[in-house]
Amino acid sequence: MHFGPHLLLAALEGLVTSAVLALTALGLSLVFGVMRVVNVAHGEFFMLGAVLAWAISTAISGHPALGFLAALVIAPLIVGAIALVAERLVLRRLNYNPEATIVATIGMLYIIQQLALSFYGPEARPVEPPFSYRILLPWFGYSGYKLSIIAASALLLIATWLVLTRTRIGLIMRATQYDSETAQAFGIPVDRVYGGVFALGAMLAAIAAVLIVPISQAHYLMGQDPLLLSFIVVIIGGLGSLRGTVVAAVLIGLSDGIISMFFSPTLAKIIATLLVAMVLVFRPQGLFGTASR
Amino acid sequence: MSEASPAKAYALHLGVIALLFVLSFMLPDYYHGLLARIMVLAVFAMGYNMLFGYVGLFSLGHAMFFGAGLYGAGLAIIQLGWSVPLALLGGIACGAVLALAIGLLALRTTGVAFMIVTMMFAQVFYLLILYFAAWTGGDQGQVVPQPARVLNLGATSLDLTNPTVRYMSALVLFALVLLVTLAVVRSRYGRVLVAIRENEERTKMLGYDTFSNKLIAVVASGTICAASGAAYAVLFGYVGSSFASVQYSILPLLWVLLGGAATTLGPLIGTVFMYYVIDVTSGYTSAYLLIVGIALILLVLFFPKGILGSIRQRWLGWLP
Amino acid sequence: MADKNGFFDLSKTTLTRRTALKGLAAGAGLAVAPGFVRYSQAQSSAPIKIGFQSHRTGIGAAYGRWYEKTTAAAVKAINAAGGINGRQIEVIIEDDGTDPGRGAEVVGKFATQHKTDIVFGTLFSHVVIGSAPAAGENKMPYFVVSEGHHVASTKLNRYVFQPGITDVKSQIQSMAPWIAANAGKKVTQIFPDFAFGYDHRDYLPPALKAQGAEVIAQIAIPPTESSFTKYFPQIPPETEVIYHVMVGPAVLTFVKELGEFYGSNLPQLFGFMDSLEATDINSPGLEFLDGSHFWEGSPRYAQADDSAAQKAYRAAVGIDDNGAAVGDPKDVSTASHMFGCWETLYVVKKAMEDAGYKGPEDRAKLVEATEALTAFAEGPEHPQGPKTFNGKIHQCFGIQNISKVEGGKLKVVHKTKIEDGLYEPEGDYTTQAL
Repeated sequence: MHFGPHLLLAALEGLVTSAVLALTALGLSLVFGVMRVVNVAHGEFFMLGAVLAWAISTAISGHPALGFLAALVIAPLIVGAIALVAERLVLRRLNYNPEATIVATIGMLYIIQQLALSFYGPEARPVEPPFSYRILLPWFGYSGYKLSIIAASALLLIATWLVLTRTRIGLIMRATQYDSETAQAFGIPVDRVYGGVFALGAMLAAIAAVLIVPISQAHYLMGQDPLLLSFIVVIIGGLGSLRGTVVAAVLIGLSDGIISMFFSPTLAKIIATLLVAMVLVFRPQGLFGTASR
Repeated sequence: MSEASPAKAYALHLGVIALLFVLSFMLPDYYHGLLARIMVLAVFAMGYNMLFGYVGLFSLGHAMFFGAGLYGAGLAIIQLGWSVPLALLGGIACGAVLALAIGLLALRTTGVAFMIVTMMFAQVFYLLILYFAAWTGGDQGQVVPQPARVLNLGATSLDLTNPTVRYMSALVLFALVLLVTLAVVRSRYGRVLVAIRENEERTKMLGYDTFSNKLIAVVASGTICAASGAAYAVLFGYVGSSFASVQYSILPLLWVLLGGAATTLGPLIGTVFMYYVIDVTSGYTSAYLLIVGIALILLVLFFPKGILGSIRQRWLGWLP
Repeated sequence: MADKNGFFDLSKTTLTRRTALKGLAAGAGLAVAPGFVRYSQAQSSAPIKIGFQSHRTGIGAAYGRWYEKTTAAAVKAINAAGGINGRQIEVIIEDDGTDPGRGAEVVGKFATQHKTDIVFGTLFSHVVIGSAPAAGENKMPYFVVSEGHHVASTKLNRYVFQPGITDVKSQIQSMAPWIAANAGKKVTQIFPDFAFGYDHRDYLPPALKAQGAEVIAQIAIPPTESSFTKYFPQIPPETEVIYHVMVGPAVLTFVKELGEFYGSNLPQLFGFMDSLEATDINSPGLEFLDGSHFWEGSPRYAQADDSAAQKAYRAAVGIDDNGAAVGDPKDVSTASHMFGCWETLYVVKKAMEDAGYKGPEDRAKLVEATEALTAFAEGPEHPQGPKTFNGKIHQCFGIQNISKVEGGKLKVVHKTKIEDGLYEPEGDYTTQAL
């Protein structure tokens, strides 16, 4: 294939990756930014979203779009509820101590993974896309559904941004993130905000998973890669910065696709990882973050 | 860390070493073999504890130091035909050099960024193993040939595949690292490390060069972990990329937290405990990860300082 | 000390654990723990204990379940027919988490705690290689069902065998003549960028060249990749055949995206069934596979000319005509590989009977008896087909199937000959000490 079309394809693929990554990482970033909690189980909430999407869409007969839409609504709600329970039962009792919460979320990771294996099984299972339109370009065919993921993700990101910047809930969240003690003094129920943020973070991961599962598959070990990539995005983008998270997700997604045009894929991953590590070493506040408070 | 008599602390540690020695003659075969492996891995945990417990630096990349020792020693034997002692030294040297390089870079960051940077360097290390598969054996790994796993000391030659020799070799390494750790912790340098953990700014103001102190700690920690990896390669005869994966960066963290961070014996207790829980529960159910997960959460809820940390807090304040 | 004589050598160390133990026990009047009792079993009625190293968790779990089902069926059949030397088989299962470190521990546990007669059943190559040293040190016969080339490479040790499934080097070699003659001469290979893929990378080009065809591009994809489209532009336009072999949970995505990319302009496709084991070929998005070809170890779908042995095997394991679990059409089996468990157990039975195997003290005899085997005839014990066995490299060689996707089923269109897959041995295990 010629260079131009190849680049176009790599860019499209990179954008799909970015779209899903941005949503997942945004969830991690919110939890990280507001609660100062490193949620190692974040990838498992992603996995749960995909697994539930499979369960819901197979339970609903009729046109595949029906099952998919039901999954898009119900799966994140269930995942959010699970996250809320976990937060109330465990994280709150740990006073959000950074090290203790890491161990506790590693524990959650094991529990969720094992439950998925026991009840869902070890197989990778597909979910039928809501529509299967193949866009025919002069050089290659491309899945229309993949393009719709980019659009859906963009809409969700804009919605989240509006909530964060234009609503009272968003204001409360930002106040808590900025200084939780002062927020508490001003009568903000910090405790409940934390519960809500943790659930919201998990729901964002679950939505991302429902979107990706028709082109990928639900598998009980699928949570690890999104977790690592989300960490990278959150750090590169700067803690708790929505704009930074989105830009970093696009950057990581695109570079992954485009670097692998020129190098062997493993070498590409080595170079990309090393570059990100160096960014962190020499600019620890991330590319877009401000110096830490 | 109170100022109780050093004799008491040394007596306790020598007692533990003596107990492990005696256990070698008492344990059934299976637990004998398992304990040898646990002692080697406890060294890995002790190396991790040096940095995490005493300096408060949270790394999620220590698998690369273990891996450097493992591959340094293993490949020296497989590819270069080195003898066991040379290969061990080679593996440890690999770990020390890698730790120096990583320390120089990663110590520019703190907190969560340090955790992520170490994780990413470890990921690069892991991918390099896969990339140079022709040499490393990639994801399948390689076997260290049984005939090569012999330690020639003067006239005697020790067969490292023999369970007794293996157990005693593991014990020697463990005892050495344990006593060195104890000495370091009780030394002036050890107190500086704790001071850095508690308040780095103040330590700096008191005139300590915190960067080079931390760098020394990273190198020491990496070297100990590499020693564990090198010993694993020659004692158990397999080098594979799974030992350099993220999972093996999380494991020492778990062992240390379970046993008690910033306690000298905590890493051993944590490793034993974790192995024991997995071994017992896997006999009853294939869902043992569930039980491990629940155990972790219960421990962190009710024994946040780990087993030994809680004991020290409640009863034995003098524990090092 | 016949059974454990390799553990220590009195000439090398002055104090051994066991002699010290005796002194300690005598001196202190300790009751000797049960674990120390030397193997006293010359029992004729006690069951033969087989340690099954199973992938119940981790990346191999989808295979592990079907390996367990097939093993249970074979054990049931053998026991019903009188067992081995009149002794029943008892299977003890331990999960290795599909992890080589844990795998070695499990082999140790079988040897020293369960005291099994053999260890059996491992699939994933890295677990086999990681466990092999433990098997060698414990002098524990270790029968794997992995299809990797590791056993035949003679890089492991004398206690490791693969008598139930053909290794991947041989499989690849035997595919080449058919590909060159029927699919096309210009082949692009797509394979995972790790050891399993490297076997395909290294062995296919020479095998095709010998048939007058050539590999024009090789595309390695990292095993962690979850999206593949970006690699497809590297496929040269003049490609006549895409030879694909992917493993892991993302394989379905790979095949789907290949279809999306090419649409109806797809070159000929030739794949290894590893790409779609445990996956329904009628999954949404796989329609374009219709007309493409696959290697199959043992056919997933019942064939018109199935032997009576094959039918009996399928019934015993509990798979229907579509290769899915009886009663659950969504639970698709790993038919191409799991037959190896069945056949390996029958090889173990044969070798134990040849050796007059009584207990762990006869493990060396069992190794020699296995090495002495040369061929397995097709029949109820070997329903996949006839095989030859090379005792020097501990590897069997059988026929392979090439199947075409037709109307949502796989139909066998060609069976290779055993000779197609033979190669020069790379070493000789029998020269190693027992």
